Amino acid sequence: MPTVRIAVFLVSLGLSAFAHAALEIEISGGGAQQLPLAIVPFTQSNPSPDNISQIINADLKRSGLFRMLETAGVASRPSDISQIKYAEWVALQAQAVAVGKVEALPGNRLNVSFQLVDVLKQSQLASMQYNIAANQLRPTAHKIADAIYQKLTGEDGIFSSRIAYVAKLNGRYALRVADVDGENAVTMVSSKEPIISPAWSPDGSKIAYVSFEKKKPIIFIQTLSGQRTVLASFKGNNSAPAWSPDGTKLAIVLTYGANSQLYTIRADGKDLQAVTKSSAIDTEPTWSPDGAWIYFSSDRGGRPQIYKVASGGGDVQRVTFEGVFNLSPRVSPDGKFLAMVRNDGGKYRLVLQELASGQVQVLSEGGQDESPSFAPNGRVLLYATRSGDKGALVAVSSDGRVQQRLNESGGDIREPAWGPLIK
Amino acid sequence: MNGHIWKKSTWNSKLVSSLALALILAACKSTPMVDKPAAVEDRSPAVASAAKPAETAVAAAVDTAAVKEVVIDSNAGANSNNPLKDPNNILSKRQIYFDYDSDAVKAEYRPLIEAHAKYLLANRAAKVIVQGNTDERGSREYNLSLGQRRSVAVKKSFNLLGVQDGQIETVSFGEEKATATCGDETCAKQNRRADIVYENE
Repeated sequence: MPTVRIAVFLVSLGLSAFAHAALEIEISGGGAQQLPLAIVPFTQSNPSPDNISQIINADLKRSGLFRMLETAGVASRPSDISQIKYAEWVALQAQAVAVGKVEALPGNRLNVSFQLVDVLKQSQLASMQYNIAANQLRPTAHKIADAIYQKLTGEDGIFSSRIAYVAKLNGRYALRVADVDGENAVTMVSSKEPIISPAWSPDGSKIAYVSFEKKKPIIFIQTLSGQRTVLASFKGNNSAPAWSPDGTKLAIVLTYGANSQLYTIRADGKDLQAVTKSSAIDTEPTWSPDGAWIYFSSDRGGRPQIYKVASGGGDVQRVTFEGVFNLSPRVSPDGKFLAMVRNDGGKYRLVLQELASGQVQVLSEGGQDESPSFAPNGRVLLYATRSGDKGALVAVSSDGRVQQRLNESGGDIREPAWGPLIK
Repeated sequence: MNGHIWKKSTWNSKLVSSLALALILAACKSTPMVDKPAAVEDRSPAVASAAKPAETAVAAAVDTAAVKEVVIDSNAGANSNNPLKDPNNILSKRQIYFDYDSDAVKAEYRPLIEAHAKYLLANRAAKVIVQGNTDERGSREYNLSLGQRRSVAVKKSFNLLGVQDGQIETVSFGEEKATATCGDETCAKQNRRADIVYENE
């Protein structure tokens, strides 16, 4: 399996920005080597709590694709390409360097500029300028990290996207939305009763979720601006909302007086259609990116495994055969991989299955890992884990090599959902 | 709905035989607040739920229906004539425990199921809500489905004894309402259960 992943990685990188010979990623020890990259601290005249270069550095480091170099020992502090002394950066073994500055403008605005440079070729790879309100430094830092990532990998950066999760604190539940680095967390809704299963609409403007506030699971849709509507409140349980890729409808799970079954419903709550009709549990629907299939978990074969069905209903095909059981399927944005939670010998761990070959790669050591969610570029997954009675989120690269834990101080967080790219 | 049951079980712990408090609780029960959609940002629940009923307590005090409910509330623990509450009566036993990843109602619960079925057949106005629960292992959504399957299994046991669906509602809380959270099997097995709750209890 690792060889397959690496091959995919090389092809995508090799044909894009890494056509620059100097920036080619080398393979060693069965994994792709990280690209050595230096972010020179930006000249920042205005006082701000947000250090723009630190934010860029942290974003790129978290991606797992770059080895972020310490620049403190370098004599010069260039803030523009014209000031770069290339020998210094060659000595540091940097293959790319980013320089930039933040200048105050009249009317509480800032001018942010940066350049990305290929050290060996001594040539400019990217140059951008942003005229922003003074409080937009942090989102601008994420945009610059996106631009650097895009230039060096040829793929979309994800640093401007947002995540949603549920926090439990002092016996209350809060659905929160935060920047991808965990900053700027905002509570969308809070309740004494549990909230589970947040799901972003494809345009990033709304989140569907399940709330127990009426003493049974009901599905709500809420816009980020605070408008809240009931999507499904049928007899029995209403749960597991999953938006279709075009955002017009959702797959949901209803029980009425019996077991969980899959349905689709329009985003305005109309046109309810049954997708599965079984005497088993069918739940946790997730769409293929082309909207043609719904993957779901079902115990129709005994223990729960992953199956798929045409999104309009029809014959059901089994997708997973390994593992004691498999839960919580999520299709990768390119439609080629299926992430899920596998139980092997009592440990719940995150695994990635290539749909074409059936080959499986283990992504987490395991314990009580659950709720995988793909980053919009498919390179990273977010999942929930537990240590003691506290929940935390973990970001893992899709090759399993880099992991980072997201905690909320004193809090118990779970149910992550990675939002779409907003362009 | 089981809304009242859950509300009440929370409130019962606060019931300190204070008439004023009882009236406030009655007001709370009788106002639409119980089923009101939660505020989008309900930052101070303690203040909100204490302040709102107090405002309506005067109105509720002249509402005989509301006062009557308070009487039921305050007698709930002391009603020895109610077989459902008599600790010596099997009808006071409400928990059915399940094996891991299983919805099979074990033979040991047959007397309990039969007693409640007999009561429901004799009291056609009585209604039960069967609430399914699970331990924390597995995904939240699958556990919601598994809890539902357990509540449905109990419902079917009732159906087989002649109780009609109109007297039974099935809901699931999945792993969200775990009563024991020590993380090991001793707690997990307490959470794999269905609770039989009578409407208006």
